[in-house]
Amino acid sequence: MSQTSVIQSGKRSTRGQKAFFQASILIVPALILFIGLVIWPLLNAFMFSFYKWNGFGPLTDFEGLDNYGDVLTHRTFPTALRNVGLLAVTSLLIQLPLALWAALALYQKAWFVSVFRTLFFLPYVLAEIAAGLIWRFVYDGEYGLVPAIGDTLHTEMPFVLAERAWVMPAIILVVMWKYFGFHMMIYIAGLQSIPNEVIEAARMDGVSRRKIMWHIKIPMIKSSIAISVFFAIVGSLQLFDLIVPLTGGGPQNSSHTLVSFLYEFGIRRMKLGFGGATSVVLFVICVGVTLLYRRLVLARMDQ
Amino acid sequence: MSKLRKRKGLDGVDISPAQWVSLFAIALFVIVPFWSSAIAGFKDIGELRTTPFGLPQSWDPKNFTEILYGGSFFRFLWNSLRIAAVTVLLTLVTSSMAAFALAHIKFFGRTSITSLFLIGLLFPFATAILPLFITIRNLGLLDNPLGVILPQVAFNLAFSILLFMTFFKDLPHELIDAAKMDRCNYLRIYWYIVLPLSLPILTTVAVFAFVGSWNNYLLPLVMLNNDSSFPWPLGVMQYQGQYITNWPKVLAFLTLTTLPALAFFLAAQRFIISGLTGGAVKG
Repeated sequence: MSQTSVIQSGKRSTRGQKAFFQASILIVPALILFIGLVIWPLLNAFMFSFYKWNGFGPLTDFEGLDNYGDVLTHRTFPTALRNVGLLAVTSLLIQLPLALWAALALYQKAWFVSVFRTLFFLPYVLAEIAAGLIWRFVYDGEYGLVPAIGDTLHTEMPFVLAERAWVMPAIILVVMWKYFGFHMMIYIAGLQSIPNEVIEAARMDGVSRRKIMWHIKIPMIKSSIAISVFFAIVGSLQLFDLIVPLTGGGPQNSSHTLVSFLYEFGIRRMKLGFGGATSVVLFVICVGVTLLYRRLVLARMDQ
Repeated sequence: MSKLRKRKGLDGVDISPAQWVSLFAIALFVIVPFWSSAIAGFKDIGELRTTPFGLPQSWDPKNFTEILYGGSFFRFLWNSLRIAAVTVLLTLVTSSMAAFALAHIKFFGRTSITSLFLIGLLFPFATAILPLFITIRNLGLLDNPLGVILPQVAFNLAFSILLFMTFFKDLPHELIDAAKMDRCNYLRIYWYIVLPLSLPILTTVAVFAFVGSWNNYLLPLVMLNNDSSFPWPLGVMQYQGQYITNWPKVLAFLTLTTLPALAFFLAAQRFIISGLTGGAVKG
């Protein structure tokens, strides 16, 4: 035993080299993929954004910041930005409190409670494309469920996805239907990790249910809440797959999100400089939000 | 103690009547779109217009059988399955290897490589879609399943490596130290000691990678043009484009494609949730 340790310390440098060699074998595949298909494309988006380019031939038409000017002054850009903001705000003000409220009832362990839990989680595992198509049917002004509800109430329902005033509220409802269960599950996981004794002790002391909720349960899951708020904001910034089957960004480009804006005006029209600039703007917003959120909320939470 | 029992209702579950009412209201809101879409496939278009909520007059499976025998349906599913399976496999192999090295081997550059990967958690994959298209085109992988698979794996890395590292760090150090004493090299330790102990986290990452790939729309939309290589989300959108408001047909197609996946996802629910909450599965 002592002999081997002497030998090992004598061979420290070769052991270090060996460890480095073995570590490289393990890491290199992931590193190549990550640099080649994550980092490199992002750097490219940055580069494209200074050129006028249709995707073919060399990059020669240097335009400086023109593409950024085009993006920021594009007619639809403020709409897309406003829609993303609207989605984030309604998620925070309506969807998350509702999810928290459901979680407070459904974190308990019983078979009929888990039936509800599974049911509410179901839309989350459904593909966005499928959810979008189902709701396009629900909203269909001719054959859908909305006009059928209108018939029973003897009122004329609007073609919700075709009217500028209705399209965003309609999309927001779908977003809630789809992601409500996801946030609920995050809260449930948090609530289930609260030690039972804490709540039982409070009950024994005669603390009311309302007070237990506000002063014990909710404060004890604040890290779950912080995570779910973060997912809601970033999710709004990235929303795309639901928009395509529902509206494709219409009517009159009024329901675009930042990503559908990028797809419609950058990728589909092969305006790669414009698309690159949009990517960079989206990237800056996402990273900015993340860093700000880490500094302001998550860091404070650790203290 | 008996007083406490009394305050709680059924089976010791504490849910007030008002809560029950709203839970059922939410349940209705969740179920109705599923329900009416699932039964719409049995109706014809006129019937759908008059009774969208009710049961069909006859359970005519014509729409479903037409799709099943139509030829393209199974091709879409097969394409999706193939892309998802290879994505899962490559994600598991590359990210678990890297995470093991980053968690257990001390070598020059370890911390900077770790933070490089974790940067990947910061930005969404949509921001890279456009230059990714150019990169994949330059690699000659457009219209090739690999053009979808490789970017999916690359964008899975940050999250998977994080999940694996957390799990690997909690493995008993004595095991790995003992193996090192026996002059076992790291590759063998990874393969013979770490992997067999990591089944729960492997499953979690696999389920995540599978769900992400199965539901992915934007990436195949940009990379694949030839409809023989379409995965099902592109297939169903193409089908919808053909039949626009022939909802019974479109919804039958949708039901057939989503039902098996939903069944699988519900079975794997535990792993999805444990992944969401930081991979805290301990078997």
